[in-house]
Amino acid sequence: MGTGALFLAVFIACAVEAVEATTIVLAAGTARDWRSANTGLVAALAVLAVITAALGPAITALPLSALRLFVGALLLIFGLQWLRKAILRASGHKALHDEDAIYREQLRAAQAAAAHRARLVPDMYGFTLSFKGVLLEGLEVVFIALTFGSNQHQIPLAALAAVSAVVIVGLAGVIVRAPLARVPENTMKFVVGVLLTTFGTFWGAEGAGVTWPGPSDAALLVIAPAVVVFALALVAALRRVPADGTPAGAPMPVGAGEAS
Amino acid sequence: MAARFRAFAAFVYDFVIGDDWLVAAVVVLGLAVTYWLSHAATVSAWWLLPLLLAFLLPVSLWRAIRAKR
Repeated sequence: MGTGALFLAVFIACAVEAVEATTIVLAAGTARDWRSANTGLVAALAVLAVITAALGPAITALPLSALRLFVGALLLIFGLQWLRKAILRASGHKALHDEDAIYREQLRAAQAAAAHRARLVPDMYGFTLSFKGVLLEGLEVVFIALTFGSNQHQIPLAALAAVSAVVIVGLAGVIVRAPLARVPENTMKFVVGVLLTTFGTFWGAEGAGVTWPGPSDAALLVIAPAVVVFALALVAALRRVPADGTPAGAPMPVGAGEAS
Repeated sequence: MAARFRAFAAFVYDFVIGDDWLVAAVVVLGLAVTYWLSHAATVSAWWLLPLLLAFLLPVSLWRAIRAKR
């Protein structure tokens, strides 16, 4: 796997998570209190830094085959879940991920909640909403960066890709002060599902003792397109199945329904 | 304390296993069989995982659609 491919894979995956975290922090700040939301953001980042510092050396200390087996299994489970949701969305069996709608819902819930002041935080609801959102989405960023980076012995590069994604998305959120609905999130989730499934299959099988046919890493160039074609075929097949009692949806390309 | 442990366990389950436990179970089983074939039976089992996924993904999708109805 080239360094460019590693950077791109981690960057896209982490950008998707960062978009979701940004939406939550924006909702907490707008509806409640910016100081509390920002405190929650900083606190979550501090916890993530501690988790990364603890997990990083532990993961890199594992023998490569054990690491690939463990990481491959997790990536494959995550990847198939992402791909499953992406296929259901693209075929009309699940609502498209809509950051505007999620933002409005978060905003409504945040505005309705009662205020509770703590010693260092003016509004505990805003703090907690921001903290939990960033921590949960951030855990996935940490996991993706650590697993991809450790497998390729390129943790600094993976970390750079993850931090770049988070900083770019975060800055975009600060600039527009609105949910990043223009990011083609559904398409990106589809791509991330394909990437995680591909690398999960490749590393998991290698960790289990398999030697892939062909030159080193060449199998990736077969697995990735095969996963894409198979997933798109499933989207096409599922569009013929009526969704929830309604007639089968009109053709909806992956990424349809997103702001462009 | 017990409630916090339950909440943490629920979080880990949701984070790792997700919406369909069958996916996690089949992936773990598939890797275990691949490991066994590669080490005990010395078979080149590179084909097993892709084959398993070709069955698992449609089944998981079918379960999701059926559960929604």
